[in-house]
Amino acid sequence: MIYGLYDDDGTLTKAAKNFVSNGLKIKDVYAPFPIHGIEKVIGIKWTQISIAAFIYCMIGCTLATIGMRYFMIVDWPMNIGGKPNFSYIQNFPSFVPITFEFSVLCAAHGMVITYLIRNWTLPFVKARNPHPSTTDDHFCMEINPVQNKASEDEIKSMLKDSGAVEIFEK
Amino acid sequence: MHKEADIRIPLILGDKTYHDITEDVCAPVEGKANKLWYMAFTFAAIVALWGVCCIIYTIGRGIGVWGLNNTVGWAWDITNFVWWVGIGHAGTLISAVLLLFRQRWRMAINRSAEAMTIFAVMMAAVFPGIHMGRIWVGYWVFPLPNAFGSLWVNFNSPLLWDVFAISTYFSVGLVFWYVGLLPDFATIRDRAVKPVYKTVYGILSFGWTGDVKAWIRFEEVSLVLAGIATPLVFSVHSIVSMDFATSVIPGWHTTIFPPYFVAGAIFSGFAMVQTLMLTLRKVVGLESYIHVKHVEYMNIIIIITGSVVGVAYITELFISWYSGVEYEGYAFMNRATGPYWWAYAIMMSCNVLSPQIFWFKSLRTNLTFTFFMSIIVNIGMWFERFVIIVTSLHRDYMPSSWEMFHPTFVDVGIYIGTIGIFFVLFLLYARTFPVLALNELKSILKIAGEAQKERNRDTNASTPSNDK
Repeated sequence: MIYGLYDDDGTLTKAAKNFVSNGLKIKDVYAPFPIHGIEKVIGIKWTQISIAAFIYCMIGCTLATIGMRYFMIVDWPMNIGGKPNFSYIQNFPSFVPITFEFSVLCAAHGMVITYLIRNWTLPFVKARNPHPSTTDDHFCMEINPVQNKASEDEIKSMLKDSGAVEIFEK
Repeated sequence: MHKEADIRIPLILGDKTYHDITEDVCAPVEGKANKLWYMAFTFAAIVALWGVCCIIYTIGRGIGVWGLNNTVGWAWDITNFVWWVGIGHAGTLISAVLLLFRQRWRMAINRSAEAMTIFAVMMAAVFPGIHMGRIWVGYWVFPLPNAFGSLWVNFNSPLLWDVFAISTYFSVGLVFWYVGLLPDFATIRDRAVKPVYKTVYGILSFGWTGDVKAWIRFEEVSLVLAGIATPLVFSVHSIVSMDFATSVIPGWHTTIFPPYFVAGAIFSGFAMVQTLMLTLRKVVGLESYIHVKHVEYMNIIIIITGSVVGVAYITELFISWYSGVEYEGYAFMNRATGPYWWAYAIMMSCNVLSPQIFWFKSLRTNLTFTFFMSIIVNIGMWFERFVIIVTSLHRDYMPSSWEMFHPTFVDVGIYIGTIGIFFVLFLLYARTFPVLALNELKSILKIAGEAQKERNRDTNASTPSNDK
């Protein structure tokens, strides 16, 4: 892999646009904060994690409904303040808060667990960022020479011309 | 890149670079604590220890050591519970609601406000926990099949709604906070010189790399969490208010409670954020990131929510008369003129009158005055809960049951102790965690940095206009 280190997100974005228009494939970009629009430039699709969150939310809603119907209506109906204990629908207003809370609980935790696994950011996982300054003030472009027609030297000279402050291989 | 109007006051003062932000925020973590920190920590730890001793004494002897009696069966503990939960509301409000509204000023305060939320909710949970008496069977509040047959918890009860609301709020707040912390822990990890720091922050950062897909997911997860945390914030204090509102006690049985409690929670939460932030910026040296404009914005929220609370107090009073219900009318008359009139007077003056002073720009931009006011508001909000709870209970339907509530040293000790524990946690946090959201601040540097704004202005002025 060839890496070009930049000290400005604007310079990197400009360089990336230039490289892509010249047919160079950029594998990834490492940055200390999200660079808006870079994913479109280097051809990375937007995440669908919010759809997963919606599914987890629906699972939570269903579990809460099934659980409360079983506990309060089927298994052990209790007469509390004369509230209808024979029908889930008639006693529904009492069940709204927990249905909501449990849906939110499942959506949030399900989504965050999915996020951590998909990112492979988990306890004891080793960091894979190519340069330690990419979490501080530098932005790193990763180019795989195998994926590109241009030679390694050509890629390096393109990186240098585009304003990279450091070029290295790993 | 988003553009920001020149007229807007910069959010990051001085000529800062990305590296300067890292240096400024990591300095307290990497450097040694000053004397002030050790003094504050020792004092907080002693107070916390007193609280822990009072909690152990309560668990050992039972809640008879509190000042409760047959008539006032709920007093100091539930007051503290609602007070702490209320304080906990500002953190999620800042990070979730202000994120949805794209308020960039939140970025300087959201991390610490969320930490405050988490610690405050932990302190809140102490009170219902120890009020159970037998805390070791505390898990009975969850719907678990038990040894006595399948007798379940009561899903019709607001107290159980509260169990779900508080646990959801705490755990969702915690993950929201931690997801935001991962990239910043990675910054400390990659800068660390000492092997211990490298290992600890390496584990804490979960191997964060900061590639494009990770940032895309980060932004999406933050947005969706903000989207679902927003109704959660409102639901939690609404449910807390229903602990009272769904009962038939005059003074509690009012439909205005949910919105009024939510406004009060935001009001007191922002006051506590002001107390903490004004101290933190000075002690840790973050004056360039948390400055007068941030404080002013928070004070504006305090005026709004304080006014909502004031209108709610007056509405309650009016309805107690207009409803024609004698018991309701008496409950409110007793609040204002009965033996606890002084508590009502403190509540009214601290919550309704005092925030109105912030209409004066010179006062709402005065940091010392704001700090003083933040304490006043928190005192007022504690008395609000005390007034609602104790004055509604102490004069029962039968005058023969009328009682006064007198807190014991244990009641006071536990309350003061939770403040001590809270500050111990917050001081430890301030020394070990990045107290500002590094990655978010860097993302607004070019838009809202003082020097960058000036440079943009100069560039725009020197560029000839194409408009004809």
